[in-house]
Amino acid sequence: MFENLSDRLERSFKLLKGQGKITEINVAETLKDVRRAMLDADVNFKIAKTFTDNVKEKALGQNVLSAVKPGQMMVKLVHDELAELMGSEATDINIKGSPAVLLVAGLQGSGKTTFSGKLARLLKQKRGKNPLLVAGDVYRPAAIEQLKVLGEQIDTPVYTEEGNKNPVAIAKAAIKHARQAGHDMVIVDTAGRLAVDEEMMNEIASIKKAINPDEILFVVDSMTGQDAVNTAKEFNDRLDFDGVVLTKLDGDTRGGAALSIRTVVDKPIKFVGTGEKLDALDVFHPNRMADRILGMGDVVSLVEKAQEQFDEVEAKKLQKKLARNQFNFNDFLKQINQVKKMGNLKDLAGMIPGMGKAIKDVDIDDDAFKHVEAIIFSMTPAEREDPSLLSGTRRKRIANGSGTTVQEVNRLLKQFTETRKMMKMVAQGKRIGNPQQGFRN
Amino acid sequence: MGIFGNFNSKKKENLDKGLKKTKESFFGKLSRAVVGKSKVDDDVLDELEEVLITSDVGVDTTIKIIERIEERVARDKYMGVEELNSILKEEIAGLLEENNSADVSDFDLPPSDDPYVIMVVGVNGVGKTTTIGKLAYQFKQAGKKVVIGAADTFRAAAIDQLEIWAQRVDVPLVKQKMGSDPASVAYDTVSSAKSSGADVVIIDTAGRLHNKVNLMNELSKIKRVMQKVIPVAPQEVLLILDGSTGQNAFEQAKQFTKATEVTALALTKLDGTAKGGVVLGISDQFKIPVKYIGIGEKMEDLQIFRRREFVETFFEK
Repeated sequence: MFENLSDRLERSFKLLKGQGKITEINVAETLKDVRRAMLDADVNFKIAKTFTDNVKEKALGQNVLSAVKPGQMMVKLVHDELAELMGSEATDINIKGSPAVLLVAGLQGSGKTTFSGKLARLLKQKRGKNPLLVAGDVYRPAAIEQLKVLGEQIDTPVYTEEGNKNPVAIAKAAIKHARQAGHDMVIVDTAGRLAVDEEMMNEIASIKKAINPDEILFVVDSMTGQDAVNTAKEFNDRLDFDGVVLTKLDGDTRGGAALSIRTVVDKPIKFVGTGEKLDALDVFHPNRMADRILGMGDVVSLVEKAQEQFDEVEAKKLQKKLARNQFNFNDFLKQINQVKKMGNLKDLAGMIPGMGKAIKDVDIDDDAFKHVEAIIFSMTPAEREDPSLLSGTRRKRIANGSGTTVQEVNRLLKQFTETRKMMKMVAQGKRIGNPQQGFRN
Repeated sequence: MGIFGNFNSKKKENLDKGLKKTKESFFGKLSRAVVGKSKVDDDVLDELEEVLITSDVGVDTTIKIIERIEERVARDKYMGVEELNSILKEEIAGLLEENNSADVSDFDLPPSDDPYVIMVVGVNGVGKTTTIGKLAYQFKQAGKKVVIGAADTFRAAAIDQLEIWAQRVDVPLVKQKMGSDPASVAYDTVSSAKSSGADVVIIDTAGRLHNKVNLMNELSKIKRVMQKVIPVAPQEVLLILDGSTGQNAFEQAKQFTKATEVTALALTKLDGTAKGGVVLGISDQFKIPVKYIGIGEKMEDLQIFRRREFVETFFEK
């Protein structure tokens, strides 16, 4: 029924492309589309209106004669405004206390328990912390059990008190226990509650008072509609939380709620949940989110993801080989495995500028490399080491062995040769005049 | 902070006021908008637009409603607050699919030799398991023999959660262990219900985001497998929507319908400030009736959705 925000904006800006300058009339049409796109993305009604009003003011204030391409100028304006709205820098959580106490709060079903598990894993594996999870949801059936299962999966202890229905007492006792057991982080999961539930809101306020957390995180479903502003405001009034966690961002929602919440409570979004697996938690980068909304891709995220997976020793070895032009099919396989480790191919592709739209309805199979791997596995070790051995008869044998065709084998060989040529140039530090040269020949 | 610094100082007051307003009812706002005015003018329509959009009704449906009102204003020349209210009621009720079967009787079922199988689907965290607990309770109260199937074998402790509900309501639960094949659990549940002569079978499924193709295919499979036992099963595919979800609910309805042919909707968490206005557009576009609404955490807090009453509650202050 509606496209996502980047699609809409892209189309809006296309309308502007042919026009020589920004006028009241052509900007009005575009801004109407921008506003509409924001509403479709669940950005709060008033915020969307203020946003477009501000962009309009700035656009018309520009010296239109100097603006060579009005469309580009509008993209920049909208982007700047969006980036400003999202906040400028990624904000870290406070983990300094001893133990540092973290309180997790939010509505029912927003993903608090899953987030608590993911955060504990992240702190443990990437920050070298020794966290304790605290099961403070004493109401929902099996909520405690859920946290216990997650704790087991990430090998992190979970503090529970069977039968105790007082989350304030449980949280207090948990911190005492953490001190004795030498934990330097305590993550307190709490029950989901509606902002209008006076009794439950009082309870979370009491928990805060009792344990004096170093960091309070408000967890919110990224698919939330217009009501996000009300909920965030209520929780903020009661808890004065430090940051927001945006969950289920691996869905196809544009997450306009993120923009709304950020504006209304003026608190940074710190984490985003991007999947059901426990490693699917990312630090939130406001600028990148704005870029992504505008279809500029999330290039920086992509690069960082690649770096994280890239083994440095392997990299050095590879560089040597490249310089000596010894890059072979074994290295090629390793490269494929690196890419596969980086995660879901579609997610990765979506981060490349311009790809988001192109692959929206395409179902990229994570097995996309299957054929390539099959072909390489059908080569003898000698062939993998030295691709120049691959004669016509050998290629035919490989095609038969891998269930592909000679054409496919040829195509892979060509790709391989070109990749090798490109990589050699990069490894030797030569400037590549035309980045596409390597692919053409 | 540039323009949003500006926004914060200058517009914040307005926004605060606006937020307070949303706690009031949908039509409370509207009435205030037309106070002191003898007819529907552009200001009123602007206000109406805001009311509808901030209730998550969505741009398309809002435009549709406003255009119809404009047409009638143009035709009738004059329209007061009272008339506007009644016309809006008409228009809104008109967008909602009539849910005939449920409007006839509470938690009643069409007569059949086979158990009536309800397959419950939805994205993560909308309240599927809780709704199933409440549904089981209501059907039991209505004198039906209920069996529940724990086919959410993925989420940590989902089976335990359903087991607690089954004990509370005192109905049998068919389960396997975490990580087992959900289709196999569904098959077992339907077979056991059939042989024990149960009236209703409710199948829980794991929450899944509708853009995950493999997970959506899994739902189709669960459905197919149940048909080996009862060819017409599931007689009902109930899509649970969180009342606070925004426009993404459209995509949810679309993709779940594609995978499982959703026959009914349940709208949860309506005891908060969220209005669930998104169902207006969904019901209008997909012709799927809203059957149940969840209005609290207790067992009895699940009601049959009646569109007239739903619309009426908009008018209550």
